[in-house]
Order: sequence, then C-alpha cells, then structure tokens
Amino acid sequence: MVCQRCNKAQATVHLTDIVPPEGEKRERHVCERCAAEEGLIVQKHEPIAAILDSFIKQASGSEKVVDVACPECGMTFREFRSHGLLGCPNDYDAFERPLTALIKRAQDGATHHVGKTPARLGAEPSIHVKIAKLKRQIHEAVEVEDYELAARYRDTLAELEQS
Amino acid sequence: MTIDNLTKQTGEWLRGEGPYSDVVISSRIRLARNIAGFPFLSKASDSDRKQIFRLLSDCIGDLEFGQENLIVDIEDAQEIDRQLLVERHLISRQHAEGEGTRGVAVSAGEKRALMINEEDHLRIQTMRSGLQLIPLFEEINALDDSLESQVEYAFDKRLGFLTACPTNVGTGIRVSVMLHLPALKITNHIEQMFRAAKDLKLAVRGLYGEGTDAIGDFFQVSNQVTLGLSEEQIVDEFATKTIPQFVEYELAARNTLLKERVHLLDDKIWRAYGTLENARALSSDETLFLLSHLRMGVSMGRCQKIDTDQINRMFISVQPAHLQKLTGRRLGGEERSVARAEFLRQSLASRN
Repeated sequence: MVCQRCNKAQATVHLTDIVPPEGEKRERHVCERCAAEEGLIVQKHEPIAAILDSFIKQASGSEKVVDVACPECGMTFREFRSHGLLGCPNDYDAFERPLTALIKRAQDGATHHVGKTPARLGAEPSIHVKIAKLKRQIHEAVEVEDYELAARYRDTLAELEQS
Repeated sequence: MTIDNLTKQTGEWLRGEGPYSDVVISSRIRLARNIAGFPFLSKASDSDRKQIFRLLSDCIGDLEFGQENLIVDIEDAQEIDRQLLVERHLISRQHAEGEGTRGVAVSAGEKRALMINEEDHLRIQTMRSGLQLIPLFEEINALDDSLESQVEYAFDKRLGFLTACPTNVGTGIRVSVMLHLPALKITNHIEQMFRAAKDLKLAVRGLYGEGTDAIGDFFQVSNQVTLGLSEEQIVDEFATKTIPQFVEYELAARNTLLKERVHLLDDKIWRAYGTLENARALSSDETLFLLSHLRMGVSMGRCQKIDTDQINRMFISVQPAHLQKLTGRRLGGEERSVARAEFLRQSLASRN
C-alpha cells in the first residue's frame, strides 16, 4: 500500500480514528516519514534501518564496510542494511566491527550476553549440525567442480547417516 | 486436536483470571532460537527450511506434552485457518503471510505456541491470563531446556543466542503484557504513559502486535533490550516494577473518573452496552471500542450483566475468520458486520 500523503513510500503506519458517539471510523495509511512529520507517531521505536543508516553515515570509509561479504552465506553488509535481517550466525563474525556499534546502540549500550548459557555448550557438535555442514560442503565442492572432494564428503556423510 | 476445535474453546490466557486482571489481559514470553549449522531464513534454501521444519517438529513431538499438540503446516493451510491462528495470537501476521515451509505447534489450552521458520528458526511462546510473568518464565525456560537437549542452538559466548535480527540477540527474550487502559485514554493521560514506556526502552504496540495500531484502548507493552541483562532481570523488572506501575496509573485514573465524572463514566459504559445489545451491524473497530468500555464497566463493578471472561471471548470471536468459522460460510465486509452484531446480540441475550 502506498502512502496516502506523499504517494511514494510504502504506508507502514495505519491509523484508525473512531469518532464518538456513533463510532464512525476514519482510516488513513501513511508512511513513517509522513506520520512523523504530522506528529502522528507517539512512540518512536527506532527502526533498524534508521539505526543502520545513521551508523553508516558516521563511519568513515563506509563503502568498504558495506561491501564486506560473509564467507559462509555470501550476504553483504549492504544487503543486511536493506532488510535488517542477517543471513547466518557467522555474519556476527563477518560484520563484527559495524555490528558491534549497531548492537551497542540498539541494546542500550550492552555488548555482552549475561543470560542463559546452553547446557551443551562446548560439547561435541550434534549429529544434525555435522550432517547439515557436510551437505553444504558437498554442494560447494560441486559448484567449484572439485568432485573428488565432494565424493569424500559424501562418504563421510553416508557413514554418519548410518551410525 | 484440529484447527476447528480451537473455535469451540477459549485459550487459557483469555480467562480473565490472575493478578491485576482488571487491567492486565494477558502475559506472554517468547524466546527466539536458531539451529546451529543452518543459515538464517533469509539465506535458507528450500531444502534447509524443510530440514529445519522436520527436525524441530520431531523434537516438539518428543516433548512431554507432545501428544496434545496441534502441529499446523502453515504453507499448506487454508487462508482462513491461517487468519484464525493470527486472530488467536498463536502466530504472527508475518508468519501467516510468509512463504515456504513453515509451521506452528500449539499446545492444548493454547498455553504454548512454537513457530517454526518465522523470522528465526524457532520462536517459543508461552502465555497466561493476568500478570503471571514469573511462572511463565519458569515454564518457557524448562521448555527451552528440553528442546536444547535435542538440538544445538546457534550460540556465541560473547553475544549469546544468535538471532536473524540483531535487536533480539543475547537472550532472544521478549516479555510482553497486554494492558487495557481505557481510563488513561478518557482522562488524556495515555501519552504520558507512552513517554514513560519510551524512557524505559519499552515498545508499545496495538492489540495484534508488531505493525498494528492501538485500537480500543488495548496496548501491548514489551521489552526491546535483549542483551546485557539476564532473562530473570528482564522478567523481574517487568513483573515487579514496570507493569504494576502502569496498572497503578490506570487504577488512579479510574478512581478519578469515579470521584469526579461518574456520570460520564456510566454513560460510556451503558451506551456501549446498549449499542452492543441492539445494533444490527457493527464494524470490527467500533466493536473493539464498545467492548473496551463495557470491559471497563465490568471490571470497575459498574455493570454486572456480564463477566470479563465472556467479554474476552467476544474480542476473539468477532474477528473475521472466527465469524466465518462460526457461521460456516464466507462473508463479505457488510455481511460480517451483520453477523458480528448478531453474534454479540445473542451472546448478551443469553446472559440475561
């Protein structure tokens, strides 16, 4: 739905006024910017895209930062910035520098977890993790046409699945 | 259990019981978890999604209460069933409208709902009526432990549980409470409450969660900070300080109304009752507005014709998918307004 005020941006703020006594309903759909301009948003939680944008503007040499890609899932920081969701757990390592600043800001200055720790932490990776990893490695080896390596992974996988 | 059975019952969290239930409708806690070894969903292939779904639904089936669970494949579910689950607050709108292999497991009594392949691989949720966050946390923590004994979560020593969105990283916990604040609205103090919430780093949303506006005086308040505090600290702060304070504001505003504007108050309550008892067509927004005033009248003891439990049930039943299930046919907008008014008239008449 397009914003009814600027007719450009996506309408993300949906307002329903109920006018008593008949309870007549007035509906309006506007984008976040127009809503803010009209003073319609009472509580503003900072959307992740805005936090990201302001961070990127602050950081010098930002071009380099946004083009960093995660070696595991291939996501770039630019791509993350556009929709706010990371591609895989390894992104937290791959984008460590820009993410640390972002997390600090979104998390009220916090940088370290102090809560629950899984009981199995430090134990052997579970079988499903090994299987998932091998399947990905096979796929990658086939992509670069290293069939010998792919075959080795496949053998390991077969052994795992039998056990 | 089937989806159709759901429409014949009310979730335990709507019973109108529990501490502070005159102001607090329900409490919820959710934990965001991802499985190690798989990418997050934005980079997951179809085969990844299927594997995650199978893995997690097997684990959930093995849980103690697994037998009573309803596991719904959202991808294959009919549009109306997806909408019904959203209306019952068992899945998010995003989950209903998403794509690819995904699902939800719902426990009997609708006390727990586990979404698979929503924004994260797993979103565990528990809910109860009134302000009951501490027992809720014990329950969800135990549930998380038993799942964690079967699957390995994506976890980092420094950052905690790794989530697709960095705003959930750390504990992955979201504590949220649904508040009914009609007196603050009538006395024009609701903006102060919003400001207080903002200062406390809390999010305020409408009745149906993320991306919805607050209609009919219902507000969902939740934490935004998930890192640097333990789960217990976040839950305790909410349960013993933040929410009791909001409840106190609302009760103070109710007292002011009783002392200074009792005629206006009674007029609002009985006007709502009269309209609900007589109207022949009601939009969903007007209904929420009226039910809100009626609920206020009942919890303040100004109206004894009905109880909170029944009003809570009405909130759920007047929504589009529920009305269509109740009447057994597809309804257009105007037909829905008529069916809604008829349902409400009958519910009120059966009480008299």
